Amino acid sequence: MTELVLLRHREIPKINQLDVYKKNGGFEAFEKVVTSMKPDEVTEIVKTSGLRGRGGAGFPTGVKWSFMDNNNWPHYVVANADESEPGTFKDREIMESNPFQFLEGVAIASYAVGATEAYVYCRGEFWELTHVLDEKIAELEEAGLLGDNLFGTEYSLRIYTHLGAGAYICGEETALLESMEGKRGQPRLRPPFPPSYGLYGKPTVVNNVETLTNVPLIITKGGEWYKSLGTEDTAGVKVFSLSGRVKKPGNYELPFGTSFRELIFEHGGGIIDDRPVRAIMAAGASSALIVAEDKALDTPMDYASVRELKADLGSASIIVIDDTVSIDWVLKKTIHFFEHESCGKCTPCREGNYWMNHIIERIHGGDATHDDVELLDSVAKQIENKCLCALGEFSIQAVMTGIERFPQDFEIAVKN
Amino acid sequence: MTKEVNLTIDGKRVSVPEGTLIVDAAKKIGIDIPVFCYHPKMEPVGMCRMCLVDVGRPAFDRETGEAILDEDGSPKIQFGWKLDTACTVPVSEGMVVEGMTEKVQKGRQDIVELLLTSHPLDCPICDKGGECPLQNLTMAHGAGESRFIYDDKIHFDKNVPLGDLIWLDRERCIQCARCIRFQEEIVDDAVLEFFNRGRATDIITNSEPGFDSYWSGNTTDICPVGALTTADFRFGARPWELKHAASVCSHCPVGCNMTYNTRREAKSGGGIVIKRAMPRQNESVNELWICDKGRFAYHFTESEERLTQPMIRKGGKLVPTSWDDALALVAGQFKDAGDSLLSLVSGRLPNEDLFNIKKLTAGLGGKAGLHSYMAGGDLVAQVGLSTGSNLGDLGEGDTIVVIACDLEEEAPVWWLRIKAAAERGAKLIVANPRITKLDRYATEIIRYAYGEEVKTVTNVNISDAENALVFYGSEGIGLETSQALANACANLLAKTNHVGKPNNGLVAVWPRANTQGAWDMGYRPGADLAKAKVLYIAGSDPVGDDPSVAEVITKAEFVVVQELFLTKTAELADVVLPVQAQTEREGTFTSGERRVQRFYPVVLPKGETRPDFDIAAQISAKVGVELKGRFPSLVLPQISAEIPGYAGITYQKLAEVSEQWPIVGRGDLYYGGTGYENKQGLGMQLPLQGNYKTSEVLKNFGSLPDAEVIAVPITQLYDRGTMISPSEVLHPRLPEPFILVNPKDSQILKTTDGMVVGISINGRDTSNATVVEDEHVPQGIALVPRSMGIPIDGPSKFEIRIAVAAMA
Amino acid sequence: MNKIAEKYSGDIEKIIAKYPPEQKRSAVMSLLYIAQREDGYVTKHDINEIAEILEMTPTEVVALVGFYTLYHDKQDGKYRIQVCNDLPCALRGADEFLENLCENLGIQVGDTTEDGLVSVEGVMCLAACDKAPMFQVQTGDGLKYHEEMTVENTMELIESWKKEEKK
Ligand SMILES: Cc1cc2nc3c(=O)[nH]c(=O)nc-3n(C[C@H](O)[C@H](O)[C@H](O)COP(=O)(O)O)c2cc1C
Ligand code: SF4
Ligand code: FES
Repeated sequence: MTELVLLRHREIPKINQLDVYKKNGGFEAFEKVVTSMKPDEVTEIVKTSGLRGRGGAGFPTGVKWSFMDNNNWPHYVVANADESEPGTFKDREIMESNPFQFLEGVAIASYAVGATEAYVYCRGEFWELTHVLDEKIAELEEAGLLGDNLFGTEYSLRIYTHLGAGAYICGEETALLESMEGKRGQPRLRPPFPPSYGLYGKPTVVNNVETLTNVPLIITKGGEWYKSLGTEDTAGVKVFSLSGRVKKPGNYELPFGTSFRELIFEHGGGIIDDRPVRAIMAAGASSALIVAEDKALDTPMDYASVRELKADLGSASIIVIDDTVSIDWVLKKTIHFFEHESCGKCTPCREGNYWMNHIIERIHGGDATHDDVELLDSVAKQIENKCLCALGEFSIQAVMTGIERFPQDFEIAVKN
Repeated sequence: MTKEVNLTIDGKRVSVPEGTLIVDAAKKIGIDIPVFCYHPKMEPVGMCRMCLVDVGRPAFDRETGEAILDEDGSPKIQFGWKLDTACTVPVSEGMVVEGMTEKVQKGRQDIVELLLTSHPLDCPICDKGGECPLQNLTMAHGAGESRFIYDDKIHFDKNVPLGDLIWLDRERCIQCARCIRFQEEIVDDAVLEFFNRGRATDIITNSEPGFDSYWSGNTTDICPVGALTTADFRFGARPWELKHAASVCSHCPVGCNMTYNTRREAKSGGGIVIKRAMPRQNESVNELWICDKGRFAYHFTESEERLTQPMIRKGGKLVPTSWDDALALVAGQFKDAGDSLLSLVSGRLPNEDLFNIKKLTAGLGGKAGLHSYMAGGDLVAQVGLSTGSNLGDLGEGDTIVVIACDLEEEAPVWWLRIKAAAERGAKLIVANPRITKLDRYATEIIRYAYGEEVKTVTNVNISDAENALVFYGSEGIGLETSQALANACANLLAKTNHVGKPNNGLVAVWPRANTQGAWDMGYRPGADLAKAKVLYIAGSDPVGDDPSVAEVITKAEFVVVQELFLTKTAELADVVLPVQAQTEREGTFTSGERRVQRFYPVVLPKGETRPDFDIAAQISAKVGVELKGRFPSLVLPQISAEIPGYAGITYQKLAEVSEQWPIVGRGDLYYGGTGYENKQGLGMQLPLQGNYKTSEVLKNFGSLPDAEVIAVPITQLYDRGTMISPSEVLHPRLPEPFILVNPKDSQILKTTDGMVVGISINGRDTSNATVVEDEHVPQGIALVPRSMGIPIDGPSKFEIRIAVAAMA
Repeated sequence: MNKIAEKYSGDIEKIIAKYPPEQKRSAVMSLLYIAQREDGYVTKHDINEIAEILEMTPTEVVALVGFYTLYHDKQDGKYRIQVCNDLPCALRGADEFLENLCENLGIQVGDTTEDGLVSVEGVMCLAACDKAPMFQVQTGDGLKYHEEMTVENTMELIESWKKEEKK
C-alpha cells in the first residue's frame, strides 16, 4: 500500500501536534522554499505536479498562481474552507486531524505568490474547528514558523481565520471574498478573476483546503512524483467523501482513476442490506444523476472519464442512492437545498428554484400531472446557461438528468 | 484619446470608444437592448439577466495568431457557447452582437417569465402603470401567457413605508438593486440594503429616521417597477393623465433642471394642479438627479396661506383692496421719495423681476440692496466659471477646493458632482472647521478654527492643478468675512492662473437660486434699512430672519412688500402686493455656475397675484419711469442690452438643446428611468466680465467676539424657511430649532443632549432650541442653523437660559 | 455608550487587527457573533453599536443578519438544535430522527419548547454526512457538533442542559 498524502493522521498518530508533524518532515518544505527557492520556482513545481483544484472546478493550481497580477500589491491567499456542498466532508477531516499540513500548504502558496497575509475562510458551522486552527496558528507563530523574518529571511507571513455564518454560496470564490469584506456573500461579476481583482480589490489566490494540503509533499517529493499518482488526465490523489446508502460512509483517499465500484463496494462495504445501487451523484447535490449500470460503476473516477457519463466529478462527493429511494424525492431534497441557498442576486436562479420548488412539492406530494414533470424539466432548461454564477447551474443538474434518466419514478409519482 | 473599436450589432456597424459596454454601444445606434438592473450611471452588476445577447468574436489560429477566414474570405466569427449579458461585456474589435435571433429572443422571454413568477401583476392599481419598464418589456419580450399557477404566489406586504417620503411594495420588487446601488454608489448614503436571500430577498432600511437621505426620491425614478413610490405622488394620478412643463429648481444655486407633471382636477375646480416634480436631464447641471428638497418642496406654491389680493393698512390693520388703489398709493409715495427710497430684494426673484425693480429704483433716484448674508458675486462675475464649463469634465489633474461649506446641505447636487469628480481622480481639498460628508472624498482635509477662513484659503496650494475651482460657502461667517473670503479665493485663483478658462474659477455656494443674478443685476448686500424712509421689499423677509429689524421697519414712513405669504415683514407693511410663484410664470435664474436658465409657467396664477417684474413695471408707469412689463420676454432683451455679460441671451437660445448622453426618457424608460429628456433648453453659461487682477483683501472682516462659547451660523438643507415649511410631505423631516454643541461644552453650559433651552445671541433672547451634542463640533462653538427661528448673522456671543419647564 | 465596545474591547481589537486598517468592515461577521453572546440573537441596539465601531451604516450591518443563517434577529430557544436533514443525512434516517425528536419534545419542527430552552430546526448539510443522524447546537457561546445521535441520547443531552439551568 502506498503512503497516504492527505489523510496522514490515519497512519501517523498525533500528527495534529506540532512536534509530531515536525518529526515527520513537517515545515521542511516551507523552510526549503523560503530559504532556497524563488517564488516562481515553487509555482513551476506545482505546475509540473499537475495538481488541479479540489474545490470542484479542477483548475490547474500552478497556472492559477502564475496569473497573479504583479503590478498590483499586496497579494493575498485565501484558503476556501467553506465546505458546504451536500455530501462533502473531507476538508473538515483534513483540518481537524492534519491541520499543520494544511497550514503549511497555505504558507507555501503564500510564499509562491508573494502574499504576506493569508486567510482561512471557514464556514460558520466549523466554529470549534476554527478555534482549534487559531490555536495551531498561534503555536506556529510561537515556534517561529509564522511571523516576521521567517528562517532569518526577509519573508514574513501571517495566517488568520475568518468565520462565515451559514451560506453555501460563500464557497463560490468571489462571494467568499465579498463575505470576507463584510458584505452579503453574493458572487461578483467575472472577469475580473481573483488573481487580478480579489480581496479588497487586490490580486488573490483562492484555493480549496485539500488542494493546498497536497502542496507540502509535492515540494518535498517533487512534481513528477505527484504526477505519477492518479491518471493521465487527472494527476494525484483525492479524498473521496462517500455518503448515502452505503455500509461504511466516510472519507477515502485514493488515486484518481479508482472506479466507482471499488470505492462503493470495496471501501464503502457495499449497499445497506445489500440492495441494488440505482444512482450515483458524484459531485454532491450539484451532480447529474448517474444511472448506476455496470459501465458506470466501472468508470474510473477522473475528470474526463466521468464527463463521458454526462456528469461531473466536481468535488468528488459521492452520494449513493439505492432502490429504496425514489428520484422525485431526491430532487425534492436538492431543489429545496438550492432554493434555500440561492443568494438571490440573479433572476433565473432566484425565481427558477422557487418555481421548481413549487412544482417538485406538487409532484412529490402526489398532486401533479404529467404536465408538471414536463414543466419542471422546462423550467430547469430555462435556467440553464443564464445564471450569474455556477450555483444556478448546479441547481438544475439533478433535475434535468433525474427526469431524463429515471422517467419511471415520475410516472409513478404522477399516477399516485 | 481613447481608442475606437468597430463592431456590428444586429447587422449595423458602430464605432465606439474602447471600454464601452455592448448595451451602450447599441443605444448609440438606436438599438434597444432591454435591461432592468443596468443603469447607465452605475457600475454594471449583471443581475437581472434580461440583456442577453449572442456575442461572436473573430476566431484566431492558436498557433499563428492569425485570423481564421470563412470560405468567402471574411473573418470567421466564433459565438460563445452561451448567451452573454450585454450590460457587462465591453466591446472588442470585430465583435458581432446578435440581439434579434430566435435564441436570444427566447432567452429574454425566459427571463421575463421568471421575473413574473413572483410578481403580483397588479398593474391596474399600480402607480407605475403606464410608465413601467417591467410592463413595457413584458409586452415587448414576454411570452403572453403564464405557466406559473397563480395560487402558488407568495404574497408580501404591499404598503411598507421605508421612511416619511418613500413607500415600498415588496411584491413588486424585482431585486434589481438599482435603489440600493444608487444610494451607495452615487450618493454614498448606504441606508438601503437587501435583507434575507433568494426569493425572500427584501429591501430594508435601518436608518433613523427611515430611508434617511436627501436623495431618496431619485430611487423612485430609476426603480423599473412600481415597488418604490413617493409619499407625494403615490395614488396621486396615472401617468397618462399627466401634462408636463419644464422648470428650474428654485431652492439653491445649482439650478437643477426639472419637469413638473400636472393634471386638471375637479377638486380644484377644474384647475391645473402640480402632481409631482421630476428631474429633467442636463448633463452639465444635474445629470439625471434632483435632491428631495427640490422634489418635494414645491408645495409652497399651492399653499392655502398664499396671498391672493393686494392689501393696504387702514386703521392699523391690513385690509384687502384693489390693484388700482394699491398701486396708486404706492406710486404716490414713491414719486418723490428720491434717495430716501430703498428697494430690498433677495436671490429668490428671477432676473426679469430684479432688473425691473432695479430700474424703477434707479429711475426714482433710490438705492437698491440685496438681502443676503453672503457676498462676492461681483468677483464671481469676473473669475467664476465661464462658458464651456462642466463639473462632469473634472478629473485627474484637476483640483477642487471647497471652503467654509457643508456642500451636501447647501447645494446637494454640487456635492454629488464633486464627489464624482474626486472619484474620477480630481484632487479635492475640503477646508472646514468640522467634519462634513464631503470629507469622505477629500484628498486633503484642512481643519481651521472658525474665524480663520481667509487665512486658510490664502495658504491653500493649487498651483500644480491643470484646472482649479474654488467653492466657498457661508459656514460660520457673516457678510464682511464672506466678502473677504471671496476676495481671497479670487486672488488664489488669479495668482495661480486659474481664471478665464473653462472649468476654472470661483463658485459661490449662494443661499438662493438666483443670488448670482441679483449681483449681476447690480444689487449689493449691506444696505442700511434704518436710513431709508420708503422701503420697497420684494422676495425677502428681513424681520422673519431677525425680529429686531421690526423696529427699523416700523420706523420707516412707508413700506411696500411684494410677497407670496404674509411674512413677518409683510405684517408690518403699509401695502402688501401678492405675487406669482415661480411655477405660475416664466423667467430666468442665473445659477452659481453662471448658467442662465429658463423656466416656464406650470400652473395658472393664484387669485389676483401678479409677477414681481410686472408690478414694478406698473408702478413705473405711474411714476414716469419707462419699463417693460406684461411679458418677461419683453424684459429679457433689455437685460441683454444693458447687463454686462448678458448680451446675446435670448429665450430662443436658452431653449436650445443638444443631445445628452446617456440618452434617457424616450420610449426606453427602462434604461435611464422616468426622469425627463430635456427638450426645453439647457441654458447658456455667461462669459466672464472684466480682467481680474488680484486685489487687496478687505481687512475689516469680523473678528470673533470674546465669549466662552461663540455661536456661529451654519446652513441646513431642511430648515424652516418659507420655501419649505408649507410642504406637508416634507414636514416630518423638518427639524425643530436646534443648536449643535460639543459634549464638553454642553457640560460647561450645564445642558444635556436633547434638552430644550432658551438661547440668547449677542445678549438678546431669541427662541428656544433643542441642544444636540455632537463631538464633531469644535469646542467653544455652538452651531446655529440659519432659517430655523434663531436669528444669527455671523459669529456672535452666545448664552443659554435653561428653561426648566421645557426640559425634554 | 457603546456597550459592546466596552465589554469586549480586547476581543474586538484582536479581531480588527486581523484585517488591514482601512478594512475594518471585515470584522463585522465576528462582531455579530459577539453580539449574540448576550442573548443568543442580535438586537437593534447591537446593530447600531457594531455599525458605530466599524463605521458602517446600521442598514449595512442588519443586511448581514438577514443573509447569513447563523445570525438571528429574534429570541428562540437558548439551545438551538439544528438537525441536518439534507440529502446525504436524509438517506441515513435524518428526517425520521428530526420528526421523532420533535415528537418527544412535543413541538413542531422549527418551534421552541415551552420553557424556552430548546428550539429544533432542520438545516442544510453540515459536512458530517457519514455521521448521520447528527446536529449542531448553537448557543450564544458558539456551535458544537453532535454526531451519530439517537433520540434517546439527544433527550439525555437536553436533560443535562435542564440541570445546568437549574443551578
Ligand atoms: C456555489 C459554489 C459553491 C462552492 N463551494 C466551494 C466550497 O465549499 N469549497 C471550495 O473549496 N470550493 C467551492 N467552490 C469552488 C470555488 O469557487 C473555487 O473554484 C475554489 O475554491 C477554487 O479552489 P481550487 O482551485 O483549489 O479548487 C464553490 C463554487 C460554487 C459555484
Ligand atoms: S446563480 Fe444563484 S447563487 Fe449564483 S448569483 Fe445567481 S442567484 Fe446567486
Ligand atoms: S443583467 Fe444586464 S441589464 Fe440586468
